Parts: sequence; structure tokens; C-alpha cells
Amino acid sequence: MKMIYLDNNATSQVAPEALDAMMPFLTDRYGNPSSMHFFGGSVARDVAVARENLADLLGVSPTEIIFTSGGTESDSTAILSALATSPERREIVTTRVEHPAVLNLCKHLARFKGYTVKWLSVDKEGNLNLDEVNGAISTHTAVVSIMWANNETGVIFPVEKIAEIAAERGALMHTDGVQIVGKIPLKLKNTAINFLALSGHKLHSAKGIGALYLKKGTRFQPFMIGGHQEYDRRGGTENVPGIVGLGKAAELAAKGLDQERTRVKALRDRLQAGILNSVQFARVNGSLENRLPNTLNIGFEFVEGESILLKLDELGICASSGSACTSGSLEPSHVLRAMGVPFTSVHGSIRFSLSRYNTAEEIDFVIQQMPVIIESLRAMSPFGRDNTSIACTVQ
Amino acid sequence: MWEYTEKVKDHFFNPRNVGSLEDADAIGEVGSLACGDALKLYLKIDPDSHKILDARFQTFGCGSAVASSSAMTEMIKGKTVDEALAITNQDIADYLGGLPKQKMHCSVMGKDALEAAIACYRGEPAPKDHLDGELVCECFGVTDKHIREVALENRLNNIEEVTNFTKAGGGCGLCHDKIEKILEEIRGQLKLRQSTVDVPPKEMTNIQKIARIQEVIDKEIRPSLQKDGGDMELIDLDGSHVKIAFRGLCSSCPSSALTKAGIESKLKELVHPDLVVEEVMA
Ligand SMILES: Cc1ncc(COP(=O)(O)O)c(C=O)c1O
Repeated sequence: MKMIYLDNNATSQVAPEALDAMMPFLTDRYGNPSSMHFFGGSVARDVAVARENLADLLGVSPTEIIFTSGGTESDSTAILSALATSPERREIVTTRVEHPAVLNLCKHLARFKGYTVKWLSVDKEGNLNLDEVNGAISTHTAVVSIMWANNETGVIFPVEKIAEIAAERGALMHTDGVQIVGKIPLKLKNTAINFLALSGHKLHSAKGIGALYLKKGTRFQPFMIGGHQEYDRRGGTENVPGIVGLGKAAELAAKGLDQERTRVKALRDRLQAGILNSVQFARVNGSLENRLPNTLNIGFEFVEGESILLKLDELGICASSGSACTSGSLEPSHVLRAMGVPFTSVHGSIRFSLSRYNTAEEIDFVIQQMPVIIESLRAMSPFGRDNTSIACTVQ
Repeated sequence: MWEYTEKVKDHFFNPRNVGSLEDADAIGEVGSLACGDALKLYLKIDPDSHKILDARFQTFGCGSAVASSSAMTEMIKGKTVDEALAITNQDIADYLGGLPKQKMHCSVMGKDALEAAIACYRGEPAPKDHLDGELVCECFGVTDKHIREVALENRLNNIEEVTNFTKAGGGCGLCHDKIEKILEEIRGQLKLRQSTVDVPPKEMTNIQKIARIQEVIDKEIRPSLQKDGGDMELIDLDGSHVKIAFRGLCSSCPSSALTKAGIESKLKELVHPDLVVEEVMA
């Protein structure tokens, strides 16, 4: 059975070109870039090229890039640095729909370090209210941490505008850019954003590599303290294969940005229309316009997400769900709850996230299978008919 | 991804007894759309023999909820109502070759629906009615009575286990203190039932039996007695009669009859079901 991978917001296939680029550094070219001999020192050149490629993708200078172990480390580095360098400011502004990398860090800082966290809400389309944002950021705010695009719904936040508000009030602006990098063209140089976190495995390179963009002139305190690597901003011998792979993936992503906007988006829209046309009682979660081109989050009423995933999995289709049952927690996704997705469909929400490796045939197969799966589960469900009351009904 | 057994997958992908019964003699419903799982059970029951002639279900829920419903209907068909009521949620899980621990609440849902249907058949109020007992977990509408019953039956020790079995405490977490209190109340009852001694071998010589009884007494019984200033001693084993003497505060304790019953059930469980405990003066 051929696998159809539609879970690219969770992780993505390593591009074959990125793998090829990494291989020499996992075999013959194992030198340490800090070494004085040519064998090691020549590797530093490859790290520099990777840094340039990633900087180009973001529209920044290479010296503004710090390689890290991934999105989570970059988020922690940015937020903790911002707090450490603004000791007189004790407030954090963030949203209710962040990835746990930011959400749980902020909860931790509130609980154990005495920070006040202002949690911004979203409307039913998943959008922020700019008046609320404006009211939350003050001269007490140390850092504003707002994701650029949401991993579950793909909804995009106006972080460039918010960064300007933050700058006006002397607060630092961090954005979790893990989902947007490589999907939408960015030109960070022209923004007031101080930090941006990204992760390699979401853009067709390896897991365990990521980067933090640190705007020139931003006060900074390292998270990993050690050797002089990364211009003294992150200690530890470089993950050379990871860095080189990420550099290659960034180069490919820059070339593929047009494809995301056109071909990938067309496939996503085809999937969305195909499902909505053939399955009743289904609704898209999140803004239709203001959304990543690859993401489709769709709620099916009266069925439960894990059951849908199991049926998809049997057909070799990989997707994910915001349902409670898939997460191990009992509550459905915090993102969908924050949006007030009705309880009839929150448990039956499925996320399809595409990549440039998907084909029209794959999408058509999913469109063909979805109504069959949903119908079979609805036929088993006690809901969705007229008898939805929970009561003892003896004849 | 959950580790589901082949049996769970089989009952999910090929569920038995799906649907409704037009002429059902009893219907039991538990759960709700808001909670994320729900089960409606239909039974056809023979009025003379009280045998369950047919069972059908409709389930909204995850893979293990569907599989638990399917397994439960298979298990009860042909049984009398009383026999069916003796099925525990653990029996349902065992039938499926086990469930991931975070999914045990699915087997509890199966058992609850069965109880609700049979109560319905007998004209009694639904046993797990939301109004029965004090509401503890508001997120999932779980009462203290339900938590207590499931915790006792399944020997639950901590909040996480209570959440795995009943969902209580799995939402906002505001009720954790209340759940902890309930657990504390029942811990005393559970203490004598919790075991660190392994399953007994089927055949034992008298010497092995005595050694095992001594081990259970030392590991499982004396520590809790000593905590309350009491103690006990094994005096003799005569056939299946275990002769013991109480020491310390226990010897004058008015509830020693209760303690004796506790010791007996522990020894029955961990050594041999025929054992009887006798208190002697020595
Ligand atoms: C929005 C967002 N932020 C952060 C992360 C964490 O990235 P990493 O897995 O590289 O630590 C992820 C990935 O799950 C993500 O989707």
C-alpha cells in the first residue's frame, strides 16, 4: 500500500537533496568547524553557506541567525532572553492558541517565576482582535510572543503590525515562525520583529535542528552557555549535518515558495472543496482567507476524530486530529476550544497538511474515501438523528 | 499513536452488533457529544428467563470506545441479566486483550451503559445519573459516587488513574483536590487489598503455604496494623484454618473482627481461597 502523507505540519519528509547534502558530514567530513586544521576548518565554510541560505529565505543577514536544536529551543531562548534582559518588566503577552513550546513555557513562568501573562483570545475564525492586542501591550511588557501561523488551523496572525506596537512600548517581539517559514515569503529585515523561531523538520530537513533569528541590536542572553560557537550566542559543537541539511532545505524552500502559493494551495483547495461537496455537516475550522496555503482543518459533526484517523490509517492516509482521544489528554485541542468550535464537531476535527510532494492523484483518492469513512462512522453513531436525548426510554 | 491490540482493531474495524433494536426491552445511554464519547445500548430480554436474547449498540467515540461496545455486546448475549451485571469493566478490557491505560474509561463506559440498560429494564432510575451523588468534575460531569465505585473496583491509587478510568479531572483540573480527598477516604479500604506479593502458585505444600502466609502477613498486613499501634502473629496452620493472635492495641480493639475479615480476604486472595482465619489466645 502506498502511503499518502498529509501531516506535514507535524513533520515533513527530508528532501532528497537535503539528505545528499548532509551525507558527507555524517561520513568522511566529520571535522569540527572550530578546528585549526583544514579537515575541520573547511567544514566551517559549509556551515557558513547554510547560514547564508537560511538568511536569504528569511530576508535577513547571516549574522542574525543562531542555529539551535529546533523550534522549542528557539522559542525558549527568545522568551527567556527577553525576560532576562528586561528585568524591570514583569509581563508577557501571548495568545491562547500557541504551540506548547510557548504556551507551557509561559504557564511555567507565571506559576513559578511570578510573571503576569496576558493571554489573548481569538474569535471563531481563529483571528486575534487588534484592539485587545493593543490594550494588552504596555510599558510593563517584557516580551510579546505571538505565533505567525497556527500549526492546527494554519491561521496567520498580523505579527508585523503587532511588532510595531510592541516596539512603540519598548517591549521585545518574538514570533514562533515554525509553521510559516518556507510557506510564505518573508522579509524580516523590514519588520520590527526581534526574534523568530523556526524548525528544520517542518521544512523538509532533519529533526533536532532549528534556528533563531535574532535581529541585530536586540539585547540577548544565551540559553545554552558553553563554547564560543554561534558568535558566543549558543554554546556546543555545531550539529553540522543538521545545519547543512537545513541550509539546503532553505535554498529549496526559497525556490519552492511560488509552488506553495500556486500548486500546493490549489491541491489544498481541491481537497477542501471535494470534502465539503461530498460530506454533509462538515465545516472548515479557521479563517478561509487568512490561512497557510497547505493547511486544512475540517470538523465533521457527530463523529470522533480518532476513529476517522484509524480508518484513514488503514488506507495509508496520514493526517492528525484535534480530538481529545488522540492526544491522551481528555480535552479536545486548546486551539479549537479557544475558537469556540461547537462541541458537535470539535471532537471530529481532522487536520490535513500538504507539502510540495503531494500529488493530485493522492488528493483525489482522499476526496473519494472521506465520504465513505464519515458515513460508516455516522451509521454507528447515536447522534445526528432525531434522538439525541440521553434518557431511559422504556417502552 | 495508541498501541491497540489486534483484538481491539478487529472490533473497531469489524464491530459486532452495531445498530438499534426496534422492539428493545431496555435502552441504556451514557456519555454525550460534549464529552467526546457516548454509547447507546439496546437489549432484547426474555421476560421469563431474563436472558439477553439480543444486544445492539450505537457508539460515538474513539477506536477503543467502539471496540469496548462491540466486545461488551458479544459478552452479554445469552447471559441472564444478573450474569451480565457481574461483568466488570476489567472483564471488557481483558476480552479485548487489554486497553491502553488512558483508554480504560472506554471500558467503564461499556459497563455503565449495561448497568443503565438493565436498570431501565427493571424500572429503576439510571444508576450513573448525573444527579446521583455530588458533582465533582464539572468538565465531564462525574460525581463522587461514580469515582468512588470505579476507584474501589479497579483499585485506583492516584488522580491520573482516576482520570484514565472515569475522565474526572482530565479537563480544567480544578477538581483535583476533591478527587484526592475521595482517594484518601477509600485508601484505607484499599490498603488491605493492595498487593506487593506475587500471584500464588496453584499447588502448594503445607510448608510453602505457611511460608506464604507469613510473607503476606509481614508485607501486607502487619505494617498497616503497626501504624495504628497494633500487631499480630501467626500461631499455627491447621488444614485451611489460619490461627492468629492479635498484639498491642489490636488485642483490645473493638474492630478486630473487621480486621480479621480483612486479613482473611487478603489471605484468600494471595494464598488460597479456602483459608479461614481464626483468632486464638496465645
Ligand atoms: C508552531 C510550532 N512551534 C514549535 C514547534 C516545536 O518545534 P520542534 O519540534 O522543532 O521543537 C512546533 C512543532 O511541533 C510547532 O508546530
